[in-house]
Amino acid sequence: MIGIIDYGMGNLYSVSKALERLNYDYIISADPAELRKAKGLILPGVGAFKDAMEQLNQTKLTDFIKEEVAKGMPLLGICLGMQLLFEESDENGVTKGLELLKGRVERIPGITAEGQTYKVPHMGWNSLDFHQQSALLDGISEGHVYFVHSYYVKTNDQDVLLATSPYDVEVPAVVGKEHVFGTQFHPEKSSAIGMQMLQNYANFLEKRSPSYEQI
Amino acid sequence: MITKRIIPCLDVKDGRVVKGVQFVELRDAGDPVELAKFYDEEGADELVFLDISASHEGRKTMVHVVEEVASQLAIPFTVGGGINALEDMKRMLRAGADKVSLNTAAVLNPTLITEGSDFFGAQCIVVAIDAKYDESLQSWRVYTHGGRNATNWEVIDWAREAVKRGAGEILLTSMDKDGEKSGFDLALTKAVSQAVSVPVIASGGAGNGQDFVDAFEKGEADAALAASIFHYKETSVKEIKSYAKQQGVSIR
Repeated sequence: MIGIIDYGMGNLYSVSKALERLNYDYIISADPAELRKAKGLILPGVGAFKDAMEQLNQTKLTDFIKEEVAKGMPLLGICLGMQLLFEESDENGVTKGLELLKGRVERIPGITAEGQTYKVPHMGWNSLDFHQQSALLDGISEGHVYFVHSYYVKTNDQDVLLATSPYDVEVPAVVGKEHVFGTQFHPEKSSAIGMQMLQNYANFLEKRSPSYEQI
Repeated sequence: MITKRIIPCLDVKDGRVVKGVQFVELRDAGDPVELAKFYDEEGADELVFLDISASHEGRKTMVHVVEEVASQLAIPFTVGGGINALEDMKRMLRAGADKVSLNTAAVLNPTLITEGSDFFGAQCIVVAIDAKYDESLQSWRVYTHGGRNATNWEVIDWAREAVKRGAGEILLTSMDKDGEKSGFDLALTKAVSQAVSVPVIASGGAGNGQDFVDAFEKGEADAALAASIFHYKETSVKEIKSYAKQQGVSIR
């Protein structure tokens, strides 16, 4: 079972419907006791970084997530949920994130080094360039996924970059380290490839569980 | 490279797709979910559902259609028509729509754009503009109420205003070209696309694959929408995409 973290900022419906299509059990909850029963968590997110962290802090979910991940609970952040995994963001003033991965979140510049403007948000289907093997990318070697975002992750930790997408800037599209993963795009809206990634995450949980607590 | 999007548009009335759809192989040609699935399999990048129900009951039915589509499809979709208040936006987005499109209501009450954008994020808020060339303006004028009422807005100004207020995308329909199948209004599309910093969807006038290529290359559109040529099977999403790809357009 997957625990979808409900902190009032996610597109919970589309993520949960995607899991239903995969026939994988889930709960939607804001209650740590409930979420702890899951084999892994999904942190969805639509909206602004600052509002999201305020919600997570107020509901004490920040501490819960950090503690569980430290114990070995797998976590998948989607879109804003992926950005929240990093150290901090520039969106509406500097806000501290969950600090599970190294890097910061900045606005896509919207202007090239040569001074040419381009569109922000980065919206639509973009291709993936794969950099590293990962359980999340099993059986996926090419294809396009659906993005909608104006901020992107900047990281010097090349190890977390599993796949990127070429815009003017190189957009980290799939990130991961040990049992923490993130996708900047919406797997639940990315047709067959996105569904495959969600399936891969479910498979990862099945293989890992229930032993993760002993790690 | 981000790819150019091809978007079929479905008119829904009282829960059924209208506009004389000719899909013989489908079990139920008027079922929005069946059609949505068909277009998904064909490679549609996104879908737009336009609710043209006049009655309250029809509008309620639309929520169920949206839930049904969201539960069965893994591509993004927009719902427009009859969205007049923040509550309407909430209802559609909670039912599973990815974006809502505002047209007349945005012109009559522009703060609605900001309200929606603040609440859900700009990426959820599409402003649809019906544009018609005006000799006296020497430019395009914004129309509302399904093209019946002329406004004082010039299209470029209104597009800029809408984006300033929080629109994340512009759905731009040329009333001059609509239904003509002689190509999109390239001058209009280019003018708006250059005026705003958000993606522009060209609409009205699609006839063949070259029209789409022109919309992307000459009109600088980020996406192009069509209804009848897909519904009447004059061409298909697959055909358009493979033609555009051959012509060097970045296509999924």
